[in-house]
Amino acid sequence: MLLDYRIPIASWVEKLVRSIQSAWAAGFDGFADIVRFVINGLLGGLQAVPPLVLLVVLAALVTWKAGWKLGLFTAVGLFLIHNIQLWTPFLQTLSLVVTAQVLIVVVGVPLGILAASSDAAERIMRPILDFMQTMPAFVYLIPAVMFFGIGLVPGVVATFIFSLPPLVRLVNLGIRQVPVDLVEAADAFGATRLQKLVKVQVPQALPTMMAGLNQSIMLNLSMVVIAGMIGARGLGAEVLRGIQRIQVGQGFEAGLAVVILAIVLDRLTAAFAMRRRDGSRAREDG
Amino acid sequence: MPADPVKRDAHPSQPPGAPVGRTVAAAPTAAAPPKIECRSLTKVFGARPERVVEFLAAGGTKEEAQARFGNAVGVYDVDLSVRAGETFVLMGLSGSGKSTLLRLLNLLHDPTAGEVLVDGVDLTSLARAELLRVRRTKFSGMVFQQFAILPHRSVLDNVRFGLEVQKLPLAEQRRRALEAIELVGLAGWEGSLPAQLSGGMQQRVGLARSLAMDADVLLMDEAFSALDPLIRREMQDELVELQARVNKTIVFVTHDLDEALKLGDRIAIMRSGRVVQLGGAEEIITAPADDYVEAFVAGVDRTGVLTARSIMQPVKATAHVGDGPHTALTKMRRFGLSGLLVIDRERRVQGYASSEAVIAQLGRAGSAPSAEAPEGAVPDRLPLAPALTVGLDTSLAELIAAAAGSSEPIAVVDEGRRLRGVVVKGAILAALASEPPPSAGSGKGAAGAA
Ligand SMILES: Nc1ncnc2c1ncn2[C@@H]1O[C@H](COP(=O)(O)OP(=O)(O)O)[C@@H](O)[C@H]1O
Ligand SMILES: [Mg+2]
Repeated sequence: MLLDYRIPIASWVEKLVRSIQSAWAAGFDGFADIVRFVINGLLGGLQAVPPLVLLVVLAALVTWKAGWKLGLFTAVGLFLIHNIQLWTPFLQTLSLVVTAQVLIVVVGVPLGILAASSDAAERIMRPILDFMQTMPAFVYLIPAVMFFGIGLVPGVVATFIFSLPPLVRLVNLGIRQVPVDLVEAADAFGATRLQKLVKVQVPQALPTMMAGLNQSIMLNLSMVVIAGMIGARGLGAEVLRGIQRIQVGQGFEAGLAVVILAIVLDRLTAAFAMRRRDGSRAREDG
Repeated sequence: MPADPVKRDAHPSQPPGAPVGRTVAAAPTAAAPPKIECRSLTKVFGARPERVVEFLAAGGTKEEAQARFGNAVGVYDVDLSVRAGETFVLMGLSGSGKSTLLRLLNLLHDPTAGEVLVDGVDLTSLARAELLRVRRTKFSGMVFQQFAILPHRSVLDNVRFGLEVQKLPLAEQRRRALEAIELVGLAGWEGSLPAQLSGGMQQRVGLARSLAMDADVLLMDEAFSALDPLIRREMQDELVELQARVNKTIVFVTHDLDEALKLGDRIAIMRSGRVVQLGGAEEIITAPADDYVEAFVAGVDRTGVLTARSIMQPVKATAHVGDGPHTALTKMRRFGLSGLLVIDRERRVQGYASSEAVIAQLGRAGSAPSAEAPEGAVPDRLPLAPALTVGLDTSLAELIAAAAGSSEPIAVVDEGRRLRGVVVKGAILAALASEPPPSAGSGKGAAGAA
């Protein structure tokens, strides 16, 4: 030891966290309750549906949005997941992913729009986003656990922090890339900021924004596995259990289920981006 | 500093100095109240523009300012007024500040200094909500070089954009949009997407979107510059036609002299953010204010390439030296002419008889100056003034000089002084504004031929 005195970083941090926790107790608790309520509600709903019905409905939905090939893949994949008895973890993971993603979109899109509309806001956000993205995923587990303990809620929080940056970035980029004369045209015709955003910028930026959505979903999924480490039940926890008990086969099965989910979500959001564009055209033509 | 030729036009209370004058269009007079007025208008881009304005006021140039502070000077100290109902052209090389000045007029750019008045109201003093209202009611939006129409919207939905922004009832939006679409000749294409249209048609959509607004001022930034030459000329012609019907106040930006001459009632020539000359088409051509304007005019000018031979028209009617005044008057009336060239038996030009001169002579003859007076009571010789005559190979530049200040037709004669055709002032302007003959090349290529 270079110094007899040990710098008490650990106790500082604990004090800080505890003081933040007590100061914002109501906020943290309320937030945790809402997240828990949403996830459990979603999970309860999904579990109430007979697996075969859910399988058929999801496959049909995917077929409708993304074509029969992906629909077939979905049906086979879901059948497999059910067959290897990972149905409940699968539904848990799906609930977690969907809840986290809703949160990401609700926060990320407005942040991206803010960054696009103000250079100052972008200057502030950019280093934070860079920082958020360069940190290893595990690091987010620490504050999440500190503030929310163990379980689903810190899983959602860690996933949220980890997966937010690409969406904010690409919303910002998409809006900034809208041709300047289109924006000028909106201004010249007397559009308000909101009208300009809704009628010109967002429709123009939509493909880029959808790419951001797709990227954040993929990060979301990868984080959900890691969230298994802090007690979020689901496929991640199954993978982890396989590793811990050196049951390679079981770990692989859970990993396979994650991959199936990832492929379906990826293709679905890509296809959905196309749909959105076509749909908006068809609607406005009428 | 040289006297700024613009200044005298900036304040309509002062009479414009000795204009060569356009005899063609019934351009709005200087007495009409200005629709748009710019007072000491300046736009400096970038951070801390005030110090750049100080530097410019102390005599610094735009280039020095750029090098020293890194700020781009868009427009500096521009005074001008646009009259209601005129087509006002902003012309200059790329980077001279035309687009910036245009965008200052509806405050798309916030002025660094100076005022913009529309119908007497200073836009710089307005709150944002009021400014939006002015943009919706006084301006018909803007027409852009790259069309700036929304690719995800149909033609109809693009055209009603400005009305949608005003939250007008949907039925009215549709009705007015369809009218505008009809006006620009796109009827039947309402449901198409922009990607399905040619460039010219897309710009018609842009134009229709502005016309649907039905407001006084139409701003056009290089609106036709991205189009093929043929389509471009077609659009120019249609704009002239349209303007005769809708009578807007148009501010039109172009870097193309031909276009400026064709469309503009008045033309402001910009250089390095300033207006260096403002005047009618002929004034710009015949009396360029400085070397820049001269080079500009020469650069795209074909006055030395076209000759009297190429622009003259066949002679509709002539008088013979032996003709009496009544015969001459009858011919004038029949052909709608204000005078006749008088020729002899070999078609050699002997002079020019104007209707005023003939009528005055009939009056002096004492008897009733009516056409019914007996033939013998009036002198049988026409009152001849010297005719303006030029050779077949006279250049357009010389023709302009010859035509300046007179409304007589110019007689074009061959080596034997025989009459071959006439050149009227309208033809000179038309020639200036039209495409060069193939041999002359186009645009700047013709400069050396002058
Ligand atoms: N948004 C802008 N930011 C910075 N500089 C600009 C901007 N717009 C124009 N400028 C500068 O202002 C000057 C005039 O530009 P502009 O008005 O576009 O010229 P023109 O339309 O005659 O080609 C140029 O030097 C240009 O670089
Ligand atoms: Mg320009």
